[in-house]
Amino acid sequence: MTNTATANAAASAAPYLSINNVEVIYDHVILVLKGVSLQVEKGSIVALLGANGAGKSTTLKSISNLLGAERGDVTKGSIEFKGQRIEKMTPNDLVKRGVIQVMEGRHCFGHLTIEENLLTGAYTRSISRSELKDSLEKVYHYFPRLKTRRSSQAGYTSGGEQQMCAIGRALMAKPEMILLDEPSMGLAPQIVEEIFEIVKDLNTKEQVSFLLAEQNTMVALRYADFGYIMENGRIVMEGVASELATNEDVKEFYLGLAGEGRKSFRDVKHYRRRKRWLS
Amino acid sequence: MGFFFEVLIGGLLSGVLYSLVALGFVLIYKASGVFNFAQGAMVFFAALTFVGFMEVLPGWTGLEAGSRAVFWFAFVLSLGAMVVLGVLTERVVLRPLVNQPHITLFMATIGLTFLIEGIVQAIWGSHVRGLDLGITDEPIEWILDSADIIVSKFDVFAATLAGVLVASLALFFQYTKVGRALRAVADDHQAALSIGIPLQHIWAIVWSVAGFVALVAGLIWGARSGVQFALTFTALKALPVLILGGFTSVPGAIVGGLIIGASEKLAEVYLGPFVGGGIEGWFPYVLALLFLLVRPEGLFGEKHIDRV
Repeated sequence: MTNTATANAAASAAPYLSINNVEVIYDHVILVLKGVSLQVEKGSIVALLGANGAGKSTTLKSISNLLGAERGDVTKGSIEFKGQRIEKMTPNDLVKRGVIQVMEGRHCFGHLTIEENLLTGAYTRSISRSELKDSLEKVYHYFPRLKTRRSSQAGYTSGGEQQMCAIGRALMAKPEMILLDEPSMGLAPQIVEEIFEIVKDLNTKEQVSFLLAEQNTMVALRYADFGYIMENGRIVMEGVASELATNEDVKEFYLGLAGEGRKSFRDVKHYRRRKRWLS
Repeated sequence: MGFFFEVLIGGLLSGVLYSLVALGFVLIYKASGVFNFAQGAMVFFAALTFVGFMEVLPGWTGLEAGSRAVFWFAFVLSLGAMVVLGVLTERVVLRPLVNQPHITLFMATIGLTFLIEGIVQAIWGSHVRGLDLGITDEPIEWILDSADIIVSKFDVFAATLAGVLVASLALFFQYTKVGRALRAVADDHQAALSIGIPLQHIWAIVWSVAGFVALVAGLIWGARSGVQFALTFTALKALPVLILGGFTSVPGAIVGGLIIGASEKLAEVYLGPFVGGGIEGWFPYVLALLFLLVRPEGLFGEKHIDRV
């Protein structure tokens, strides 16, 4: 099977980012991730797909370690970035090492201008004024729209501009790996395309690797190299993005593109249970 | 007319001091979302620590009592004490309470108020002490001669000092990396964390800056009315200032302080006689209440930006 083939390939190469059998518990009682394993190869775009509450955001937050601020804990498993264990590091350490998360819902600093938002992104870097200016110009090069809105308060810009601002702000930290959480949320389709184009551009030109969580499966698989599908705190399926996009099961249960009529709910349940055991 | 201006100027100058105390509240409220009830206690702590060092330093170091060296030595030590107090507060009180409701944090600062008051009096004693900054409280002669208005030298000195402090803080917030980070944290903790801003450092910095502001305010108030427990109540005068100016605005704290200072003095002089006097103490609160009805977010308070 192609699944195992790619898994073997990933295992033989030195893993860039690898999550092994991670379990996350919120508030000491709520089990959210039930043993998630995934790999991201250097320079790739990996999509993490699944419905609401599947655990995509939690997976990203367990890597960036924003869990601590939400009373979540990695209780089992390990997370390695370039061969180093990172699950006990603070977000500050991780950003300095090149791993940064762009949070779901954009989270721009509403009362700061777009430019000030971007400048805060460079907080962890000790760089000269001219280097800072260069970084800023680079972000404006990728997001020309931000340049035109540079002196507006971020809170008053459009959703698309805020998403660009959030990604641009992360870029200011000079990351190697961006964890992008739901970039398409609440945006018009053509804005979503625009943002994914820029992500692809950053990936090829700046060699930034991406792990992106998305509900918009079709768009995500079109731009990603590899995909994982999550359900109920587990990975239930993985594969090369182009293969996942044409896979009948995926089409049926995640894209709503069933070939011959709708299947009954009982079949769906059965399918999910079987898949879970297989994983 | 001369008398009117005399009252107005006196009011504005004392208003600058209210601004200074209010500023301490605004700094902490902006950065950590905590309404720090202990700000008044911090003013008292700072002033008493300073006076305490002024007393003991000559004995410890052999410096001449009341000399400039002792003054600055005591100032630096008190500043150090305020930084330690700020960092300790962050470690012991704020950090364990992260993600708790605001009311919990507010209650914690009320507890902190009494703790700080108790500890500082246990260390330095609770008797009233005088504090001499070397500026006398007498009219400036050339103004008295030319315009026949009494303007206190001390008031002008205090207002200038407070003004410089406020202006430099405003510049710090607007144009420095740490200042920007402080405003970022004030806007969105989670996002600040996600881009690698260490919240703990930022909070420690904010509490230290608030401690510094408290020290300056404590010295000025202490020099005017003696270093005593009543200093803690100056913090309460900052409340109407905050309501007027807005809890989140540095310029608001300044303008609010000026308005409260001027209006309470004018009200006392011009309205006081009709109701038997003594309205200076509560007039600011009436003003604040009226203001709450019209503009609850204050003159300069940030409206919540909410896009739908």
